[in-house]
Amino acid sequence: MPEPLLKVAGLNAFYGESHVLHGVDLEVGAGELVTLLGRNGAGKTTTLKSVVGMIADRRGSVAYQGHELIELPSHVIARLGLAFCPEERGIFASLDVGENLMLPPEIAPGGMGLDDIFRLFPNLKERLRSQGTKLSGGEQQMLAIARILRTGARLLLLDEPTEGLAPVIIEQIGACIGELKAKGFTILLVEQNFRFATEVADRFYVMENGRIVDEIGRADLDRRRTDIEAYLGV
Amino acid sequence: MDFFGIPPQALLGQLLLGLINGAFYAMLSLGLAVIFGMLNIINFTHGAQYMMGAFAAYFLLHYLGLGYWWALILAPIGVGAVGVAIERTMLRHLYKLDHLYGLLLTFGLALVVQGLFQNEFGSSGLPYRIPAELQGGQNLGFMFLPNYRAWVVLVSLAVCLATWFLIERTRLGAYLRAATENPALVQAFGINVPRMITLTYGFGVALAAFAGVLAAPIYQVNPLMGSNLIIIVFAVVVIGGMGSIMGAILTGFGLGLIEGLTKVFYPEASSTVIFVIMALVLLVKPAGLFGRTA
Ligand SMILES: Nc1ncnc2c1ncn2[C@@H]1O[C@H](COP(=O)(O)OP(=O)(O)OP(=O)(O)O)[C@@H](O)[C@H]1O
Ligand SMILES: [Mg+2]
Repeated sequence: MPEPLLKVAGLNAFYGESHVLHGVDLEVGAGELVTLLGRNGAGKTTTLKSVVGMIADRRGSVAYQGHELIELPSHVIARLGLAFCPEERGIFASLDVGENLMLPPEIAPGGMGLDDIFRLFPNLKERLRSQGTKLSGGEQQMLAIARILRTGARLLLLDEPTEGLAPVIIEQIGACIGELKAKGFTILLVEQNFRFATEVADRFYVMENGRIVDEIGRADLDRRRTDIEAYLGV
Repeated sequence: MDFFGIPPQALLGQLLLGLINGAFYAMLSLGLAVIFGMLNIINFTHGAQYMMGAFAAYFLLHYLGLGYWWALILAPIGVGAVGVAIERTMLRHLYKLDHLYGLLLTFGLALVVQGLFQNEFGSSGLPYRIPAELQGGQNLGFMFLPNYRAWVVLVSLAVCLATWFLIERTRLGAYLRAATENPALVQAFGINVPRMITLTYGFGVALAAFAGVLAAPIYQVNPLMGSNLIIIVFAVVVIGGMGSIMGAILTGFGLGLIEGLTKVFYPEASSTVIFVIMALVLLVKPAGLFGRTA
């Protein structure tokens, strides 16, 4: 197997005194779509934020294309080609939709053009002058994804993109993620919506109490379904 | 012809004075608003930095022979650089704490700086001449308009509007506005937010120093010039509301004019009218006229 694009090993993370990640190990190969599953509070968001450098106190190893990221500040990590889409979406109220879309700077050539982005998310094109937070929840999620596609980042970390959205919107986001995969983006996805995750993911990690407790390949899904349901408590 | 028994010359003269005071209120409260937006710190050193701008102009002239036009460029750069050093070494450590700590530190710094200058230069004020190009004035028929005062109003208006444009209408401004809301996320997009914060403070301080240079020929160069002004400017900021750029500009000029009008119609209240308005605004709209409620 070739060197993975992202290799996380022995990752620990802390919020002040509270120790939240206890040695997380995971790998994502180039072009792969890997999903991180787990109950509320398992540490999924903390894992993504630790990878992109948003958790101040983190230890262990995070390697991207062989570069060690653990000591780097988040703006330097971003410029190596990682982009993060936060769970709460992070649309800026003091920016209009166009400004939100254009905010992340281009970090590498080969980002998606605006035409492609508007083809994926036609709603955004009509609302460019609206205040960012005046969009519906689904449109805000589309905007949050769209703005990191422009930048040339090759590894996308998406934190629960379907959370709280209507089924039709979830379908649209699923189609978009499928297309991103076809375009060769590498994606680490956090999801609690297991149905959604099974449609798009190549591989699954299950997290519990700040550790990876299981890894499941796409081929094993049917056989392992009851285990997964037990992990997620459904 | 007169207005309510007031000759128009007197009225227009006071309005002009009000406009000039307003220009300084606007430039200073604008700098405070920019700094507060980005650093979450109420920069009480602002008045001292304005005074340092005026002194920088004085030093440039007396030690290096560089006149007013050089001072307009070099004083903001020099004083802004001092601001950058203050942010790097001191303010940086306070961002996670309550506003109060930043206010206390900058207040203490202001007293130190002011004390040092007062010790060295006394309190009587050093003269600074109007540059040759701007001496004299225009007879408008109904009043005499000194060129330098017209220049101050125009240039401060231009600086205020340029700052507004920079923040509200450019890409760099979008970074600033976004980082005001969620600095961690903006940084995770690849923008060096800590450096942007440092430069924002430097810019706000440079704006104060620029106002100080503009003020030198009008009010003289005096260690206390900032502390006299800053109290009024804080009232202006409270009235306008902390967060708003355009609010700071409009409130600054507007209150200067109101002060001028008060001097004509009820001079006894001219030095307190701004504080009366501040009290009323606080009672009716605590976030300020243009402020966003938290
Ligand atoms: N800012 C914070 N300060 C202190 N503790 C935190 C903070 N953020 C998260 N935690 C704690 O860290 C643990 C992991 O949280 P995290 O947000 O990573 O979980 P998650 O798997 O993303 O959960 P969810 O599915 O609810 O989004 C939780 O116990 C949470 O309470
Ligand atoms: Mg989460």
